[in-house]
Amino acid sequence: MTAPAKSAKKLKVATASLAGCFGCHMSLLDIDERLFDLLELVELDRSPLTDLKHCGPCDLGLLEGGLCNAENVHVLREFRRQCKTLVAVGACAITGGLPAQRNSLDVRECLQTVYLTGPSTTHARIPNDPELPLPLDRVHPLHDVVRIDYFLPGCPPSADAFWELITALIAGRTPALGHDRLRYD
Amino acid sequence: MTTLETAAKPEGLRRIAIDPVSRVEGHGKVTILLDDQRKVHQVRLHIVEFRGFERFIQGRPYWEVPVMVQRLCGICPVSHHLAAAKALDLVVGAKTLTPTADRVRRLMHYGQILQSHALHFFHLASPDLLFGFGSAPAKRNVVGVAAAQPELARQGVLLRKFGQEVIRVTAGKRVHGTGAVPGGVNKHVTRAERDELKAALSQVLEWARAGVQLISRLHLANRHLYDTFGTAKSNLLSLVGARGALELYDGTLRARDPDGKILFDGLDCQQYRSRIAEEVKSWSYMKFPYLSALGPEAGWYKVGPLARVQNCDVITTPLAEAERAAFRDAFDGAITHAPLAYHWARLIELLHAAELIARLLDDDALSEGPLTATGPRRAEGVGVIEAPRGTLIHHYKVAPDDLVTMCNLIVSTTHNNTAMNEVIREVARAELDGREPTEALLNHVEVAIRAFDPCLSCATHALGQMPLLVDLVDAQGLLVKQLRRDSP
Repeated sequence: MTAPAKSAKKLKVATASLAGCFGCHMSLLDIDERLFDLLELVELDRSPLTDLKHCGPCDLGLLEGGLCNAENVHVLREFRRQCKTLVAVGACAITGGLPAQRNSLDVRECLQTVYLTGPSTTHARIPNDPELPLPLDRVHPLHDVVRIDYFLPGCPPSADAFWELITALIAGRTPALGHDRLRYD
Repeated sequence: MTTLETAAKPEGLRRIAIDPVSRVEGHGKVTILLDDQRKVHQVRLHIVEFRGFERFIQGRPYWEVPVMVQRLCGICPVSHHLAAAKALDLVVGAKTLTPTADRVRRLMHYGQILQSHALHFFHLASPDLLFGFGSAPAKRNVVGVAAAQPELARQGVLLRKFGQEVIRVTAGKRVHGTGAVPGGVNKHVTRAERDELKAALSQVLEWARAGVQLISRLHLANRHLYDTFGTAKSNLLSLVGARGALELYDGTLRARDPDGKILFDGLDCQQYRSRIAEEVKSWSYMKFPYLSALGPEAGWYKVGPLARVQNCDVITTPLAEAERAAFRDAFDGAITHAPLAYHWARLIELLHAAELIARLLDDDALSEGPLTATGPRRAEGVGVIEAPRGTLIHHYKVAPDDLVTMCNLIVSTTHNNTAMNEVIREVARAELDGREPTEALLNHVEVAIRAFDPCLSCATHALGQMPLLVDLVDAQGLLVKQLRRDSP
């Protein structure tokens, strides 16, 4: 697949990882040398690749990871406010993913396991400083809190799936992921 | 000199936050407390997220674990995959792997080291080093590198691509593959796949060498800055192999004191708890490991490339060994604690990984022979490897019904927790005291953190809690849920 023709105005794109592992961002970078074609077409706003700490007005927002704390919810709202099109990228953003394994467990008991009884732990206590954001008692997918325009499945979605999503949106058409690009592992 | 960890009187101080720390993987923030004269009273790197792996792994069948724990980190999934598989090798009694399993796993791991180091240097850290720590933030990123030095950016992208392709042929896919299983691997690498990778090798080795040349030139051209910026002395920890060689996949633990004297050596990884403990502090979800004999005040240490390249006695591949010698000569044979020297050591390791991949691709055991081994079942196993960012420890107990009953993880970035905090305190002392904290100055703090290539995704596996109340409101403003957390 070739990149769409260069347009006069670059699209602004913001990306962030919430309660995810950055694997979706890695898969986006797996477009390899097509990255340079992409950078001809888009301008990066807030992203782990830039030093812009807050999201400005953007055409497209890509969010990986679900919501496991209040800070995740705050960043999600910032993205929804600023991005015309918002995409939930990957298993965690869509369903909570593997971190949602903790949804069937009691948070207090989890904390005690990790911080009070860990086999190599000394000075046992549970971190509680006001600088640490409040954990949610359950891990939520993004669409529990804001409207989501597109969902890109996969753990992670393949580089080709990212490429189709972004180039289709730049070209103004609806992304079409064939059977081979829809995967869930 | 105060420690700057905790202000004596935090009331009334001005709070500056770097939130989020950018061009690193994962979620962290720095808070700095200043008084009216802009004197710095407190500096902390907080790890602000938790995910709870150590608890929810419990109760899962052990064979799921190498695939589950990859989701700790999408940047170094192979490291968690292999550390878990190594621990579970012992549970299934595979004390010695088949030659095929050993080679396929090593190849996967070296591909991982190569891609992760390339990503860190070219995509994340190089803008600071090429354009200056205080250069314009809009250009201080990989897009700026692509515009200013397109060939360098292209080499970085293609080096990473090669590492990712090595992972794909060994693990099935580039991110979150499934190549290792308890006791071995689940597939061979075909001759055709080996040939495809071999075709790219000479170019990869050339770019890897050029990378070391570039970083050593940058370091030596600005010697004072690179040697002194954020420098804080500490102990060093890593695996080493036979004859003290640099070893990334399997070895014994060695620690040195800040001057290079060996504190312990040849430590069986199963015994890690006899030497390492972790302190919990109230202000970070990431624990603070230390060498238990020295205590938390004096026992903290560095892991990762700077520790490994100086902890070992030799590197077993010739090009990287020559570069190690040049590195040592540059510091007159003494241990350097300069965070910015991490970059130089990291690119020496990238070259080493490329050489190891070249060597392994000629090994026919990749393509033929038994895949797995078994033996008498055991209840417990510890797996330790050198992940791109440093020593990674996975420890599991498994009941006779195959379900995991205990999981303890000490991830690479966690080992560096105190070191990163001490280094940013040094930067704050030297550069922030008495000055207005501009964006450019605050980036200096981040430059020091980035040198460690922290993976804060990895480091957020633990669960935490806050005594607060929060409302979760949906897009229409309706209350979905009210969450309440009390102090335990």
